Amino acid sequence: MPVFDKKYKSRYTTFTRRTVGVGGTMSLVFAVLAGRLYQLQIRDGEEYRVAAENNRVSQRPLAPPRGRVLDRFGAEMATNRRNYRVMIVAEQAKDGVKEALDQIGKVIHLTEAQKKKVLADVAKNKKFVPVPVMENMSWEEFSRINLHLPYLPGVQPDVGETRDYPFGAEMVHVLGYVSSVSPDDLKDDTDPLLDLPGYRIGKRGIEKAYDKELRGKGGDTRVEVNAYGRIVRELGKDPGTPGQDVWLTIDCELQRFADQRLGQESAACIVMDVETGAILSLSSTPGFDPNWFNVGVTNSQWKDLSTSDYKPLLNKAMGGTYPPGSTFKAAVALAAVDAGIATPDYHVNCSGVYNFGGHAFHCWQRKGHGTLDIEGAVQRSCDVFFYETSRRLGIDKIEAAARKLGLGTPTGIELPGERSGLIPSRAWKQKTYGWSWQQGDTISVGIGQGYVTVTPLQLCQMMARIAGGKAVNAHMVHSVGDKVLEQESVPHLDFADESLAVVRSGLNKVTNVPGGTAFAWRINEPGMEMAGKTGTAQVRRFTKEERARGLISNHNLAWKLRDHALFIGYAPIEKPRYALSIIIEHGAVGHPHVEMARDILTFAQKRDIVARPTAYPLNSASATRDTRGAQNATPSRKEPG
Amino acid sequence: MALRAYAAAKRTLSVFDKLQEVDWGLVLLITLVALAGVAMLYSVAGGQMQPWAMSQLLKFTMGLFVLVAVATIDIRIWMRLAYPAYGVALLLLVAVTLMGTVGMGAQRWVSLGGFDLQPSELMKVSLVLALARFLHGKSVEDISRPLNLAIALAMIAVPAVLVVLQPNLGTTLIIVADGCALLFLAGLSWWWIGPTFAAIVAAIPLTWEFLLHDYQRARVETFLDPGSDALGKGWNITQAKIAIGSGALTGKGFLEGTQSRLNFLPEKQTDFIWTAICEEFGFVGALAILILFGMILYYGVQIAMSARSQFARLLAMGVTLNFFFYIMINGAMVMGLIPVVGIPMPLLSYGGSAMLTVMFGFGLLMSVHIHSQVEIPRHSGGII
Repeated sequence: MPVFDKKYKSRYTTFTRRTVGVGGTMSLVFAVLAGRLYQLQIRDGEEYRVAAENNRVSQRPLAPPRGRVLDRFGAEMATNRRNYRVMIVAEQAKDGVKEALDQIGKVIHLTEAQKKKVLADVAKNKKFVPVPVMENMSWEEFSRINLHLPYLPGVQPDVGETRDYPFGAEMVHVLGYVSSVSPDDLKDDTDPLLDLPGYRIGKRGIEKAYDKELRGKGGDTRVEVNAYGRIVRELGKDPGTPGQDVWLTIDCELQRFADQRLGQESAACIVMDVETGAILSLSSTPGFDPNWFNVGVTNSQWKDLSTSDYKPLLNKAMGGTYPPGSTFKAAVALAAVDAGIATPDYHVNCSGVYNFGGHAFHCWQRKGHGTLDIEGAVQRSCDVFFYETSRRLGIDKIEAAARKLGLGTPTGIELPGERSGLIPSRAWKQKTYGWSWQQGDTISVGIGQGYVTVTPLQLCQMMARIAGGKAVNAHMVHSVGDKVLEQESVPHLDFADESLAVVRSGLNKVTNVPGGTAFAWRINEPGMEMAGKTGTAQVRRFTKEERARGLISNHNLAWKLRDHALFIGYAPIEKPRYALSIIIEHGAVGHPHVEMARDILTFAQKRDIVARPTAYPLNSASATRDTRGAQNATPSRKEPG
Repeated sequence: MALRAYAAAKRTLSVFDKLQEVDWGLVLLITLVALAGVAMLYSVAGGQMQPWAMSQLLKFTMGLFVLVAVATIDIRIWMRLAYPAYGVALLLLVAVTLMGTVGMGAQRWVSLGGFDLQPSELMKVSLVLALARFLHGKSVEDISRPLNLAIALAMIAVPAVLVVLQPNLGTTLIIVADGCALLFLAGLSWWWIGPTFAAIVAAIPLTWEFLLHDYQRARVETFLDPGSDALGKGWNITQAKIAIGSGALTGKGFLEGTQSRLNFLPEKQTDFIWTAICEEFGFVGALAILILFGMILYYGVQIAMSARSQFARLLAMGVTLNFFFYIMINGAMVMGLIPVVGIPMPLLSYGGSAMLTVMFGFGLLMSVHIHSQVEIPRHSGGII
């Protein structure tokens, strides 16, 4: 065999040459691979390291217990209780979630709507995430589920926490309620707690105003998850900070009494500490059970709430504005005395009608009051006296006095949704209507009609200021956690003591001297007598024809057309401690509101609220707990826990 | 040494002598890489020998025996076995196509006496043997003759078509690449190579449209834009890149790879084992493995170039290139340079079939080395 023949040699060299080429190509490919390694690991290494960490670690928020809301004596107004619920884990439900729900439905009552909602929730979440099927179950339902558990694959009983309002509707306008997080809530709140399934946040009242403090700081568990999102192990845990307790100046017992006394009326009533401005009770009826919203309101419930003429969703005490009616005369009287117009010698004769600028302004007493001084005019609530007096005063002085008494601006109460009402001025009218202030306007304002509107809360604050002579500010939060928010000293009201004394004397005559508009409903207990001022606010303008025909009595009018009935008062007349305002919408039939005011003020005085030792935390949380048990003489409706 | 080589050529070496001729340096390199693979399989199983590491270790040990056994068999015997081996592999391929078990969506396995065998793996080695055998007798001019070329191309095309029908794109690619590389090394004229290359480039759009399966097209599309479907088909590529990249310079440490242990890596024990290495040992570790691979390839090229017979040279290069193609395709795939194709990383990925063929290939390479001085006549042997 010719081993080294020419042909053989040529393919030998070809092979060698080409092999070298192939070897070079292989080196090139390896260089590319190494280059790619460099690119991924060295150049972009940090970026991928972060990506891997994000893959691996999942932070799951932990909800701390929500803070309680307590009254001045430590009674729990809003607290947490155990929430027995049943969850379903989709991946463990062998025959599918639908079948599992049908099985649950055989054990406890489940509506089709509930089933649908669960199915929707399951679709939204990953398969291993437990989705609540039913919450706030009774112990009986809960134990039935537990009993049937072996036949319910994928079903998990669970004990969570839920908000509880022991007083129900009675405190709803103070407390508000908690409810599910809505998309709107997420817009300017980035707290990761809100992403927790089933998390509730404050939606109204104190629950909303102090939501951040009540909520506490969310903790989290840092868990390692695998590619399917299932937890592999816990890396670390931060339990978070429990929500702080909010202590109110409210006295639940007084508030309950007031609420029950208002009954079925569409009404509001506030009782305030004259010395401090602390609100002792703030009622607005009707209310609704805040627990509904926690669980989830049904459509029919919502419809009832939102369409009722009695406006149960509205906190009328600070969210409703009304013409103050004759209660405003207290402010005008103070302005008149302080301005030096209503001197002891100042008298106005009332003939039942006051003619001004071609208009006839009527007194509520058609036959007239005769000649009255300032105290008599307050006592009898003479309209003509105040027409004339306010005309002399002029709108500027009335406006200044009203503002000093806190009208026309929000009181700054810690509840959301407070309205400011309106104290009209020349500038305001020019701006709003485009023409100048008329003296006729002043005359209407002088008896609390026309452009003036106030909130019942402002009226109560005004009453407290007149009664105590201090520029108190309405407030109801004493402290949050250990931090006292209530201000210590209150400045003197910017009116001469002598002027205030004249007005108080007039207010005293209203209730305690025959001829006073509220004499029939005076408090007879010695040392507990109240002073006050009645008021009636028109909800519509009378036409000329109506006047010509003669005024129709409220009795004969449809409910919605009847006047609002108002009363402001304080007690006792010596060293006043309790100021009150009350309004019954369309309630000017008889004087039920003065009767209610009498009862409420009597109750407050007999209970001696302001003198009782409070249960507020002094310095530390432990002090709170220690003193509460000992000092809390108030029978609380429900034992905690 | 040289004397023994000549003795081997004259068939006067005992088996013991041949064992001394084995290049133990190469065996050591192979063993190092394989042990790195076993270590990684231990790691991705969460620090346990089960279910992969122990099994892989056993398979590799078996593979070592296969290597040595194959190496000691005379190169002329392998030449005689070339066509029959090819024939058997082809029959098996037909068998899987007709009745193979379906695994991973592809008909790739055939059960043979309790042994699951991938005929396509067997075909890679058999094709190299058979083509080397066929080309051995041909001069440079012979190869470029249409008839010869047609026969050689048919030898490549028939198994390639059978494998692509399974469907197994990765193995098809390797079979075709191996075959073409051998034709090239044997001296195929540039007059053939140039136009063919041009034709292939022109045919790519047609292939895309008519020949690729939907899932194959999806792989290519996902590759081109992995972000478009980051949680679906792009998941593999994205997660593999994160694993590799997060290893950075020195890696997260042995048993500390989060991507692999938390199942973010798909098929982490097989096709994607490279990403686990990169994650736990970083750039340094990955480069070290690449260097080991490079050294093995260098050995292969050296052995090929120092063999005296054309069959031995082509066989050695065929085996070496086969090994190289595995590394190139798998490496480029997991690092996101080419679309995902199902090709394991040789010696590292878990799997008996691949391990066995790779070690068998190294055995042939070693046989070439031991019998490098053996002359083989151009027209020797006949069919067997």
